[in-house]
Amino acid sequence: MSTHRLRFQLNGEPREVDVPAERLLIDLLRRDLSLTGTKETCSVGVCGACSVLVDGALVSACLMPAVFIDGASVTTVEGLSEEGGPLSPVQDAFIRNGGFQCGICTPGQVIAATALLAENPKPSADEIRHWMMGNLCRCTGYYKIVESVQAAAEASN
Amino acid sequence: MPTFDYHAPTSKAEALELLGKYGDEAHLIAGGTSVVLMMQQRLLQPAHVVGLRGVSELRGIKRTADGGLEIGALTSHRELETSADVKAYCPALAETFGHVATIRIRNQGTVGGNLVHADPAQDPPPTLMALNGSVVIEGASGSREVSLDDFFLDYFETAVQEGEILTTIKLPPQHTKLKTAYLKFLPRTVDDYATVAVAVSLLADDAGVCKSVRIGLGSAGVTPLRARKVEAALLGQKLTAAVIKDASELVVDEVDPLDDTRGSADYKRKMARVWTDRALRQVALGEVRGTPTRQIGASGSARVVLA
Repeated sequence: MSTHRLRFQLNGEPREVDVPAERLLIDLLRRDLSLTGTKETCSVGVCGACSVLVDGALVSACLMPAVFIDGASVTTVEGLSEEGGPLSPVQDAFIRNGGFQCGICTPGQVIAATALLAENPKPSADEIRHWMMGNLCRCTGYYKIVESVQAAAEASN
Repeated sequence: MPTFDYHAPTSKAEALELLGKYGDEAHLIAGGTSVVLMMQQRLLQPAHVVGLRGVSELRGIKRTADGGLEIGALTSHRELETSADVKAYCPALAETFGHVATIRIRNQGTVGGNLVHADPAQDPPPTLMALNGSVVIEGASGSREVSLDDFFLDYFETAVQEGEILTTIKLPPQHTKLKTAYLKFLPRTVDDYATVAVAVSLLADDAGVCKSVRIGLGSAGVTPLRARKVEAALLGQKLTAAVIKDASELVVDEVDPLDDTRGSADYKRKMARVWTDRALRQVALGEVRGTPTRQIGASGSARVVLA
């Protein structure tokens, strides 16, 4: 069992951690670094609750070995806005538009929507549904999520 | 997760050296979307994992001088889905990569990893087979090119041997009038594996006579398949709805699907006929059937979900 020193950017801050080879990114974030905003639910890359950005690309932290992020830039939900500062347009839009109920999927939804708007600042409702279809929500029925992403797009433009 | 030693080579030569050193105790990892799951399920417990992420020579998409396409094994589904070169080569190929799972998996998973994983339910193999694709496999003693027709040997088994790396996917130049489609039958959710998937590439002359046709099937057996009897029945025929219907009947004897939550073997066999017929009618006659909830691009590759 090899151990690896990872140097990477986490929410804009340089970090250096030692991890065993088999560590998954979700466990590095939640257990080692106490960043519990990123949730783990299905553990097989289907539900989207563990969505994070690695070099800007939306990925499932539950499927990614932590060693993959050596040299990369990782963004979690904690990095979307400063503590005590204004929320990001996507966070704000989810609150204003009721884009969540129980909230367990919300960090993943917000990260996924942030990645969408970075790539496509004015998505159609269909493009939003297509992009977000891998982020499951058992409460909202999705309408409010789509409306939230649309509102965030409008607020950002 | 089982424990293992991780190695991060930065060149193909270094990766091959590690494979040679650790033999059957080594396993390659590319994007990780399949290997991580298989390790978590203890289906894979390698003592050494060799990560290809840092081997940049295995990445990239390029058009060849003759109009073909060469794809580095480490290229992600998302890169292929969005590549202007892939769209220019064959829009249905770009769309096929767009059908893979979700945006997260497409960002992380690679085409080479997808092929060596050899899950018969995956999207890229049928279309790559319909386009007459091949792969380059490299080992310590040199490299060889294997047609995708001969690449998939059995359930999760391929022609890649111990100590070898699939490095490149090669696609030949295509006729400008080639028509292609990839149809994926999804009775459950849009990000699911198909109940059955059909890729067709077809060339017809101005009179509508079939000059060449290749049909790839996914979720229709223990490996991705060619529907060779259907192809033979179409070749040289004037393509009418009746000719296509009769030819599509033959697929029932070519497939050997597995029972699973996406349908019984018997149901999938019948759906293989229905969807082969639909894919052929789409490319030959311009008919789009079913209830497509999503229509991507001009070549008409469709996700179809039954509500």
